[in-house]
Amino acid sequence: MATTAPPVASRAAAPAPKTTRRPGGPVNWVRRHVVQIVAGLVLLYMFLPIFVVVQFSFNRQIGKDNYTWHGFSLKPWTSVCSSGLCGPLGLSFKIGILATILSTILGTLVAFSLSRYRFAGRSSANLLIFLPMATPEVVMGSSLLTLFVNLTFIPQGFWTITIAHVMFCLSFVVVTVKARIAGLDSRLEEAAMDLYADERTTFLKITFPLVLPGIVAAALLAFSLSFDDYIVTAFNAGQAQTFPLWVYGENLRGLPAQANVVGSAMFFLALLFVVAGRFAGRRRVTT
Amino acid sequence: MSGGAALSAALESEPHGPQSAPKHGRLRSRRTPYLLLAPGMLWLVIFFVVPMIFLVSTSLQTGSQTDGYQLTFHFATYSDALNFYKGEFARSFVYAGIATLFALAIGYPLAYAIAFRSGKWKNALLILVIAPFFTSFLIRTFAWKTLLADDSVIVSFLNTTHINTLLTAVGLTTGNRVLATPLATITGLTYNFLPFMTLPLYASLERVDPRLIEAAGDLYCAPFTAFRKVTFPLSLPGVVAGTLLTFIPAAGDFINQSLLGRAGEAMIGNSIDSTFLDQQDYPTAAALSVTLMATIVLLVSIYVRRSGTEELV
Repeated sequence: MATTAPPVASRAAAPAPKTTRRPGGPVNWVRRHVVQIVAGLVLLYMFLPIFVVVQFSFNRQIGKDNYTWHGFSLKPWTSVCSSGLCGPLGLSFKIGILATILSTILGTLVAFSLSRYRFAGRSSANLLIFLPMATPEVVMGSSLLTLFVNLTFIPQGFWTITIAHVMFCLSFVVVTVKARIAGLDSRLEEAAMDLYADERTTFLKITFPLVLPGIVAAALLAFSLSFDDYIVTAFNAGQAQTFPLWVYGENLRGLPAQANVVGSAMFFLALLFVVAGRFAGRRRVTT
Repeated sequence: MSGGAALSAALESEPHGPQSAPKHGRLRSRRTPYLLLAPGMLWLVIFFVVPMIFLVSTSLQTGSQTDGYQLTFHFATYSDALNFYKGEFARSFVYAGIATLFALAIGYPLAYAIAFRSGKWKNALLILVIAPFFTSFLIRTFAWKTLLADDSVIVSFLNTTHINTLLTAVGLTTGNRVLATPLATITGLTYNFLPFMTLPLYASLERVDPRLIEAAGDLYCAPFTAFRKVTFPLSLPGVVAGTLLTFIPAAGDFINQSLLGRAGEAMIGNSIDSTFLDQQDYPTAAALSVTLMATIVLLVSIYVRRSGTEELV
């Protein structure tokens, strides 16, 4: 897939002639829709593994490996915990929720400070926010490890993982909330002030509700980053085992189909969330 | 990190961005911005900046796990580590480079189609772009094992069309296999970091004024020339952001290599991981980590300067 796509793709990056109506025929249709066809193929490439993940969550698994299809079975879906993944999954949820709450609060405060004030050191603060996003995860993970082996009073495990997750989620929260604040119509706040609302009321009744969707988006992003992280966690987990660490460990032995069940369920749940969020957002705009 | 990361990267390149001046500081107290900033910044200083200092310090120490380490400014660790792991470094940058080019080649048409050709389906398509990344990074990568297995449709296709012979000649695959070859690793890297490419590209293409392209057409510009002279140059900030956001995580990644590649062809991420956690040779591992970071900072600053978009940050 990846090997055949690039040459086609680079050729197709040219815009197909768009306004002029050409004579029909399949060849001309293809000519006019090259970009769309290539885009469709790329989307197919992106979804191929998802099809596999979902399909193999219904595999009647024989032996340890889950690469080959042995027929349809609902057993993996009805016996999720039997493979021992529920403990790690629970830990990932706990860490994810805690890291999300902390990074969302800290990040939102930083975002308000950076987008609403001019002050000495603002550009250094921006740089410090940007740096973790431009640092490979191995470097972040290993540098934290060198810190934690020296701070022996924090045992490696739940807290070191949470600290690490808050650290790398923070920047993404700041960036997401900042984008939302920057997109605000400042006339709404001015209108509130003109109507004799004081700063506090304006913030609570106008600014905060308008920024809230951005904060929610940031929190969801932070949760997904934390929940899915393998590399940084691997360096700071001690004996603790999060869901990604469990998957990686099992993979060496043969990943049970139950992992695919969790993968598929996550996919459909997140899709549901996003689609529901879209609809809720649309309704709010129209009313 | 997953697609959400790329999403916010795209958000960051919104027109209003960080540069937009805070117009109305209403809570005028001098200390307010610092008070808001302090907890988050403190967290980043203690758990990002300080660990970097520890990392550099560890790389210059000598000693052993049992006897403890002393800071001896033993720079030879660097030359030894570089000498020993130069293959891994080269492989990381080559794989990440190829994956970035692949991602650009397939991400551009996708971003272009969403920005200019999607009509009312735009939002739905944007969701589709990040949807695959709703599920676990590891499980997704694991699925490529099935897709690239020796008897899979993709591999038989590559073999019957003899494309694989060509790929073997270039050194990307071996024999008639794809799994456990450089190509498998590169496919995984391209796949996993594609949204980091597509979303910034989309963000900058979306901002291109379609009237400029029409104007080019009115002035008798052929569609492809219009693309080459108008659309593409205007999308360059997206290209720069996308290539960086793909290249940096790809160069440090070791999951794709360890799940899809061959054990003997490690990338530098694999080496850092195993030197730290299996061999527990902290100074060498730290030296590798510092070198990786320094190389990336160097490459990024050269690249950003040459492409002339310094307002990225």
